[in-house]
Amino acid sequence: MEAAAIPAWRANLATIAALMSRARNELLRVPGAAIPGVLAPTIFFLGLNGVFGALIQLRGFDVSTYESFIVPISMLQGAGFTGAAAGVNLARDIEQGWLDRLLVSPAPRWVLLAGTVCGASVRALIPATFVLAIALPLGAGWPGIEGLIVTYFMVVLMAAVAACWGSMLALRFKSQSAAPLMQAGVMAAILTTTAYAPMALLQGWLQDVARINPITDVVEAARQGFVGGVSWADTWPGMVAIAGLLALFGALALREMRRTGA
Amino acid sequence: MDRHLLPRSEVVGQGGGWATNLRVVQALGIRSIRQTFRRPQLMAPIVVFPTLLLAIQTGGAGSAVELPGFPPVQSFLQFMLAGAMMQSLMLAGNSGGIAMAVDLEMGFTDRLFAAPISRYTIVLGRLAGTAALGLLSALWFFAIGLIFGAEIEGGVPGALLSIALVTATAMAVGGIGAAIALRTGSTSVVQGLFPLVLVILFLSSAFFPVELMIEPAKTIAEYNPFSFIVEGVRAPIVSGVDATETLDAVLAIAGIVLLGLVLSARALRHRLRVG
Repeated sequence: MEAAAIPAWRANLATIAALMSRARNELLRVPGAAIPGVLAPTIFFLGLNGVFGALIQLRGFDVSTYESFIVPISMLQGAGFTGAAAGVNLARDIEQGWLDRLLVSPAPRWVLLAGTVCGASVRALIPATFVLAIALPLGAGWPGIEGLIVTYFMVVLMAAVAACWGSMLALRFKSQSAAPLMQAGVMAAILTTTAYAPMALLQGWLQDVARINPITDVVEAARQGFVGGVSWADTWPGMVAIAGLLALFGALALREMRRTGA
Repeated sequence: MDRHLLPRSEVVGQGGGWATNLRVVQALGIRSIRQTFRRPQLMAPIVVFPTLLLAIQTGGAGSAVELPGFPPVQSFLQFMLAGAMMQSLMLAGNSGGIAMAVDLEMGFTDRLFAAPISRYTIVLGRLAGTAALGLLSALWFFAIGLIFGAEIEGGVPGALLSIALVTATAMAVGGIGAAIALRTGSTSVVQGLFPLVLVILFLSSAFFPVELMIEPAKTIAEYNPFSFIVEGVRAPIVSGVDATETLDAVLAIAGIVLLGLVLSARALRHRLRVG
């Protein structure tokens, strides 16, 4: 008697869930691995606030506290570092031969990539929540439930974009040596926006770059609840930008995954 | 008598003593620099991250020069150069510590311990490499500053003074990184110090004038020895050589060197005792 075949979609979902569990187990087994992702954005938040807090005295900087202005950046930074870390972990898996074993399994390549990316998205909730928990008592404004939902939505998808970027580099270079490129790319992408100051106060080249950087829309969407009210007009450009980035880097990472071991 | 049966001090003495030690320091220093250039994960924090942050902070917070109380400077880039150099040299010190821990984990340092050379040359060789990276970093950021229009108010003597202070600080910070590597012998522990470097920098005047910082960062920065060093490096760039600022910087560097020497000596003794 033949066993009933498991539908492909269920097998794929089970594989993604298993890979996400593996990412979670890694977090439980090596808690230190989460520290850079959590610590770095927290230090940036506290440091930038202590150092550049006086910027709100500038004309055109219309926010009540610098904490409110900077906290979404730190949350997105945490998501970015967590996503990049997923790329570093994938590079380690490649070096240690673990990915080769996954590649000979019947799981489609997109499922293997989705497991890594979804794992990073869930893990990104940890640094984001940690930074937020520190920022609120220090003076960051409460973004409201709507604002919080939009911010976390952007955080989760930012981690997915960073994980696709990291995975693409890991699959191309097949070495953990590419880690600085993964992290520097994410850091540059997030900071070349209205991260430090509103658009009107940015200087020279950074203003030009911030205008064309799609992550500026993501930052503005994530920030709106902290510095004012949530509106659809400030939300949809961020959603379009993050969806476009996810489609682009997802496709590039998938292309590298398909080439690997082919 | 067989040369290999002689006490190590006598072997070194036959080999020329100081001359031999200097050759060892030179060889290990060159190895340390090559190692950094070969591994992108060591080079990136020294050059890529500080350059990236310099560019972004200059563009992002450049309007800060309009704030009341901001010291008179030609541009925010001119002000930030010293901070970027400090960031780079501190990460060079950290990278040196990581490389030393890798050597310990892989057994390379054990082989050096078994060689007929003074053990302190092993640490000094690493520090010479870190100092050279500090020098390169100072030159790199001066070049960037000049290319993008920053003026060096102290002229060539001022630039040379800043470069000398940056090089000496790199060696001093490298001493602490080496001490921690020797004590723990663990790459991950030394890597874990990376966030601490950022904390020290943010709690100093590296990126903003102390008088405009927000409490408690302001008070901590006033007493942070790295603030004295930053001001010593910055003064020749933004206003000209200032004897008081230079002396404060030299004293702060001397304090860090002393701390590094004491910690390294103790860590070395500990490592030789426990094996």
